[in-house]
Amino acid sequence: MIDVEIVWDNLPLYLRGTWTTLWLTFTALAFGLVLAVPLAVARTSRNPLINGPVFLYTYFFRGTPLLVQLFMIYYGAGQFAWIRNSALWPLLSQAWFCALLAFTLNTAAYTAEILRGAIAATPKGEIEAARALGMSRALIFRRILLPSAFRRALPAYGNEIIFMLHGSAVASTVTIVDLTAAARIVNARYYSPYEAFLTAAAFYMALTFAITGLIRLLERRWHAHLRPHLS
Amino acid sequence: MLDLKGYGPAILEGAVLTIEAALASLVLSLLFGLLGALAKLAPLRPLRLLAAAYTTLIRGVPELVLMLLVFFGGQMLMNELAAQMGWGHVDVGPFAAGVLTLGFIYGAYMAETFRGAILAVPKGQLEAARAFGMGPLLVLRRILIPQMLRHALPGVGNNWLVLLKATALLSVIGLEDMVRKAALAAGATRQPFTFYFAVALVFLALTTVSTLLLAAAERWARRGEGRGP
Repeated sequence: MIDVEIVWDNLPLYLRGTWTTLWLTFTALAFGLVLAVPLAVARTSRNPLINGPVFLYTYFFRGTPLLVQLFMIYYGAGQFAWIRNSALWPLLSQAWFCALLAFTLNTAAYTAEILRGAIAATPKGEIEAARALGMSRALIFRRILLPSAFRRALPAYGNEIIFMLHGSAVASTVTIVDLTAAARIVNARYYSPYEAFLTAAAFYMALTFAITGLIRLLERRWHAHLRPHLS
Repeated sequence: MLDLKGYGPAILEGAVLTIEAALASLVLSLLFGLLGALAKLAPLRPLRLLAAAYTTLIRGVPELVLMLLVFFGGQMLMNELAAQMGWGHVDVGPFAAGVLTLGFIYGAYMAETFRGAILAVPKGQLEAARAFGMGPLLVLRRILIPQMLRHALPGVGNNWLVLLKATALLSVIGLEDMVRKAALAAGATRQPFTFYFAVALVFLALTTVSTLLLAAAERWARRGEGRGP
């Protein structure tokens, strides 16, 4: 049935692919998170000039497929002369940068909405108390709203990490040799779809379980004060 | 507006195929989801284990990888089967492989949604139905499914939005959906951004209409709940 030798011979390819997948996913997640915090704060603004554009951005990136976003950047950027003549072109003409950009913009949109929801769920009394103590708006965000919002957002953000890990498989469609592309190469070389794709599936599954395990540990730490006391 | 250089009708044709694939996958996923949820709540342990394995394993792997596995692996399986049975060449095709995979994957997500919704139906209602002499299938059709629908609707709606966007992946295994049509038009006109942006706008329109319809459906499903005291 399954030819173990094919898997064994191509293990280095799969491992390199795994590294690329992890690198792409977590770099995009890191940049995305950094972008998402100011975006989420902007989304809570009552000024439509601040809130509106951010809403349109998150609406677009959450309402369209990641694959199409990637193609828009990877194939689409070259359509415009002003981009081809810009200083960014050496980067935008490379697949890894386009994938990283698409993934970052995508996860930033999802994360901003997760954080916005978490900020909106802050108990009113906490904000009133902070205001009564004379804290400024910026200080309230930094000391009160954001720390508890991060904590509340953790379960939903854990799902976003897994979505990004699985979503990153589309990088294989723009010449990037990630874990999925490794499987596609093995399938094309040996015409052995079971070995090729089941191996990639096993790798992805291991990564998924490892990440969900880590998040559960983090949740236990961050949500320790919410658990019932068992003495 | 966007100048589609005469490729507008082709993109629309692809959009129809995208919608067909999404709806077919939805029907399949609802079926797999209902079976999965019933198995998860079954009194038989092997059934529960099978359902747990289904939902856990499927949700650990990207859609694209499973799609490629079913597309290439399914073709190989059909070739072997056809050779043994003495059939001619049987083509699996991207539509069948894609819809089957998406239905199977989102069935796992639907199963989790349905499981929660079924548990939200008061047990007494099911017991009352049995006491009236209804058979298990009749209880399912008349009591359980209509009652759990309103609890399941928000989750089903979310799954549908994710599924709809996942149909874009069908272009990778060669389905002539709107993403693939856009790629062809992009190659011919050298205006890839225009066409992929147009496709993105169609997806945005589809998700927007879906969201509005789902909100209306949720209001309809909650019509019996009243407005409280």
